[in-house]
Amino acid sequence: MSGFFKSSIGRKVAMALSAFFLMFFLLQHFAINLLSVFSGDLFNEVSHFMGTNWLIQFVMQPILIFGVVFHFVMGFILEIRNKQARTISYVKNNGSANSTWMSRNMIYSGIAILAFIILHFIDFWFPEINAKYIKGDWTGGHELVDGYRYFHELQVKFENPIRVAAYVLAFVFLALHLLHGFTSAFQSMGASTIRKKRLQTIGRIYSIAIPLGFIFIALFHHLNHH
Amino acid sequence: MNLTLKIWRQKDSKSKGQMVDYKVTDISEHMSFLEMMDVLNEQLVNTGEEPVAFDHDCREGICGMCSMYINGEAHGPDRGVTTCQLHMRMFKDGDTITIEPFRATAFPVIKDLVVDRSSFERIQQAGGYISVNTSGNTQDANSIPISKHAADEAMDAATCIGCGACVATCKNSSAMLFVGAKVSQYALLPQGQVEAADRVRNMVAQMDLEGFGNCTNTGACEIECPKGISLDNIARMNRELMKASLS
Repeated sequence: MSGFFKSSIGRKVAMALSAFFLMFFLLQHFAINLLSVFSGDLFNEVSHFMGTNWLIQFVMQPILIFGVVFHFVMGFILEIRNKQARTISYVKNNGSANSTWMSRNMIYSGIAILAFIILHFIDFWFPEINAKYIKGDWTGGHELVDGYRYFHELQVKFENPIRVAAYVLAFVFLALHLLHGFTSAFQSMGASTIRKKRLQTIGRIYSIAIPLGFIFIALFHHLNHH
Repeated sequence: MNLTLKIWRQKDSKSKGQMVDYKVTDISEHMSFLEMMDVLNEQLVNTGEEPVAFDHDCREGICGMCSMYINGEAHGPDRGVTTCQLHMRMFKDGDTITIEPFRATAFPVIKDLVVDRSSFERIQQAGGYISVNTSGNTQDANSIPISKHAADEAMDAATCIGCGACVATCKNSSAMLFVGAKVSQYALLPQGQVEAADRVRNMVAQMDLEGFGNCTNTGACEIECPKGISLDNIARMNRELMKASLS
């Protein structure tokens, strides 16, 4: 089996498996974020559970970090190998005649998402790690608010219109990435997605609805907290 | 019609090539693209210049010999055809046509528009066959029941002529449509089952060894394939390799 993952097809399958994991994570992240639109208290409760549950912190979180890093590193490795497979470019290449922009530019939409993840980590993840693992504060409290800090921090972060604009742009790139990536992952796993219209439809709905939902949440908090 | 041709000229595999402009006049719209190239070459020979080297053989869309990347597409702007079946009616009077060789590290240029596609032969030799004893005691083909659906799919896969348009058009120079078709045409039939696991393992290993890129499922190969080989064959190859690796 180790030989399989060294082959070109094995690498495709590994990329697809990490993509499935990340798409599932994205879905649960969206579901939790959506709670913030309806109830700050509920969002606080769920966030505190996610941030302090040992299974999520010490098992799921490392798996998630590995999944993210693996997907990006493997993506870059495959891109480099693919560039080596054609060292002299065409003088004239009409790529749009036979493929979508999304499918030809996964590396660029991926780099945009990577840049967003770094920004997102600086905004939310690093402060959480600092509070819990450096300062040792597992209470979820904040000096300026009663109860948990999570909803308050979310509102404060989305006050800045530049940050909101960056998030909106990143989610547009995420949608573009998913519009090809969703069906591509299934195809790599051996599913004939081109023929299976239902899978394509689910892919399109997921690829547009989830990023659009994240954009809505960012704009909602920006417009409702001044 | 009168045309300007921008053609890749390269003396041999070691030389550095370049695009060279040529003019051709009085081209009939009923000519095939290769006939137009014949007109150009006749013109070049008459003026004492080196004619443009390009691959061709049957000129009926069967042999898979002709290639050329025309105006940014493998086998040109028409669909479901090889370059020999591409007609000049696809172009307009006064057009500038860019003609390049198929580009891939695994398809090195030999001269002008001629590329070495023997990497496909080596992939085929690695497992694209069935070992059948033909020493006079082969059974009647009709004695092995095969469903119509499987027979049709196997036949569709077997129509691959190995021209290399899939590699040329793929942004990653991936040969997975070709290898997928060759794996599928046997995997779908009972006669191909005996060596199925070794076949897919060996053909994929040879494909990787030749330096082809990874498929990213853009679907460009299926669109540009003169025989309309389906992406389903790549999916089937992936399944076959997973199955072979688990067994």
